[in-house]
Amino acid sequence: MWNYSDKVYEHFMNPKNVGEVPDADGVGEVGSMACGDALRLSFKLDDEGKILDAKFQTFGCGSAIASSSVLTEMIKGKTLEEAAKITNELIAEELGGLPREKMHCSVMGREALEAAMIDYYQKQGRELPCHLLSESVIICHCFQVNKDTIREAILTNHLEEIEDVTNFTKAGGGCTDCHHDIEELLRDCWHELEEQGVSRKDQAPRPAPAPVPERSPEEQRLDKIKVILEQDIGVALRNDGGDIELIRVDGHQVYVRLTGTCAACPSSQATIKGYVEAQLREHIGENIEVIEVKS
Amino acid sequence: MASNNTPGGGMFDNLPQVPENGVYMDNNATTKVAPEVVEAMLPYLTEQFGNPSSMHSFGAHAGHAVSVARQQVATLLGARTTNEIVFTGGGSESDNLGIVGTLRAFPERKHLITTAVEHPAVIGLVRELAKHQGYDATFLSVTGEGLIDLDELRQALRHDTAVVSVMAANNETGIVFDVEQIGRMVKEHSEAVFHVDAVQAAGKLPLNMQESTVDLLSISGHKLHGPKGVGALYVRQGTRLRPLIVGGHQERGRRAGTENVASCVALGTACELAGSMLEHENTEVRVLRNRLEERLLMSVEDCHRNGAAEPRLPNTTNISFRFIEGEGILLLLDRAGIAASSGSACTSGSLEPSHVLKAMGVPFTSAHGSIRFSLSRYNTVEEIDYVCAVLPRIVERLRAITPFNEQRATF
Repeated sequence: MWNYSDKVYEHFMNPKNVGEVPDADGVGEVGSMACGDALRLSFKLDDEGKILDAKFQTFGCGSAIASSSVLTEMIKGKTLEEAAKITNELIAEELGGLPREKMHCSVMGREALEAAMIDYYQKQGRELPCHLLSESVIICHCFQVNKDTIREAILTNHLEEIEDVTNFTKAGGGCTDCHHDIEELLRDCWHELEEQGVSRKDQAPRPAPAPVPERSPEEQRLDKIKVILEQDIGVALRNDGGDIELIRVDGHQVYVRLTGTCAACPSSQATIKGYVEAQLREHIGENIEVIEVKS
Repeated sequence: MASNNTPGGGMFDNLPQVPENGVYMDNNATTKVAPEVVEAMLPYLTEQFGNPSSMHSFGAHAGHAVSVARQQVATLLGARTTNEIVFTGGGSESDNLGIVGTLRAFPERKHLITTAVEHPAVIGLVRELAKHQGYDATFLSVTGEGLIDLDELRQALRHDTAVVSVMAANNETGIVFDVEQIGRMVKEHSEAVFHVDAVQAAGKLPLNMQESTVDLLSISGHKLHGPKGVGALYVRQGTRLRPLIVGGHQERGRRAGTENVASCVALGTACELAGSMLEHENTEVRVLRNRLEERLLMSVEDCHRNGAAEPRLPNTTNISFRFIEGEGILLLLDRAGIAASSGSACTSGSLEPSHVLKAMGVPFTSAHGSIRFSLSRYNTVEEIDYVCAVLPRIVERLRAITPFNEQRATF
């Protein structure tokens, strides 16, 4: 069961302005019975160019009827320029919100309003205002949704996923062939949005990486011993086919194990004391004692 | 849900009294748990908490209860032995166990056959197997009446067909397939295992597995006045089947996991009750359904039944009201205390109307306005008459809003 707001129920149960305005100045029709929803919107202007009366007829679900009803209330008393600013978002807002899967009902309202305004300008023989000029290509053939509708839905509502686009415009809800095109539109629109400083919801600022805890003096000394054993001493020993590994550090005593050729070398003590210990004493401290651990 | 708003425009004025607890006519979606069932299962949620596998009397009590329940299920299905009954977590699991368990038992067979009107538990699974797991699937078409063509089935059968899965009765239209005729065709022309989704049929149509061509048969608890989350799969003795849930030895190795004792007991009790009510369903409930259907078709213009009149479940009717949309009808019905469902796209959140009506060739323009009433033994003639009084007003109300009145005039 959809979680409709009280306002949606109110407009569904008691729809305002049902029917068709006699001698309408503009009539817009969108959708079809096969698509599952359709809306016919008509309006009449007064002498000052304000919408005097508006009526609707809708085939569709509860939220489609409610969106149509609230839209007629919203446009009454407005000039066409003012009415043109009513986005689908505002329609949904006026209804106290719509379930996301039902946002396309508010988009249908917006589209019917545009269609009715275009009808008006054409009947008057007037040029269309630029916001109504559109020879948009159809992207979703199942539901006959054009590029401009999808772009507007993405840009107005900051849609991020194909599923959102489907919820808002129905595009992509049928055969899914157009998903690739919708993805491209999403990319383009987000390029524009990001240039305007809009950020994606799913890219909320990431928590800063946990600070690396500072190394204690003992740990710093150990790090240094490791580097000297691995790099300076290790490299020299490896040249002779041997190697050295650090077993542990216990105060000033450094326990190491000689491996490879060094392990069996008769002069290993000389290596330990004369070379390894000498190197560490030089770099770490005079009191270092190196002890060999036999394997 | 319904709030206290007065429905608009006085559309519900002067109606017969709304039955106290509302009118529930969505029994193909789920059913009220029978009080006898609740009573039978409760002790196994309280003091009788034993694990049937345990070697003490707590376990023995529980084990005994499960075996009684298994016998009750076996009796409703007409199974030869209780060994043929596997308890599952519901109808969808039974369908999955039947189909996937068969594929695993016959890994060399890569083909499945089902119909275009199956429940999502089957059609969704078969689509998944075909799309992502390398299986070849045939979806048999149906006629405008909702029936399959046996010639099409015969031509679809192959030497590597692992399983043929058909429903005994359709959840949306109630249309009943001739399962035995289909089964004979399957057995005559192939080695395939024959699976039947009898989730809607069980308790409404007689089932007798002892004299049947069916190898595997799924049922669900909550469709026959049992609780949700329990079902069963009938597995004919000698049928090869690999488990989906592996672990313990429960259900003879075909479904691991400690038995859901209370739910098994509930399913058993529900099956026993269903068996005793079978005749009632086919007489009393059928009379109520027919009364509802005939009156609505007579009193409302521009509507028609979807699917054949017979053979059909005795409790189901599916009617399309043209020029209006199903969700609006359901919301207004709900305001009047009546629960039904629709094949309209809007009610499901998907954008396309019911795949069943689509497969039957019902035009989208009618499918969007389809309403299914599915009755139960708890419905009364007063409730039927109440719906018959309310619905024409709802249709009239929504048609007053529709932009298709010109089309209507010329229809």
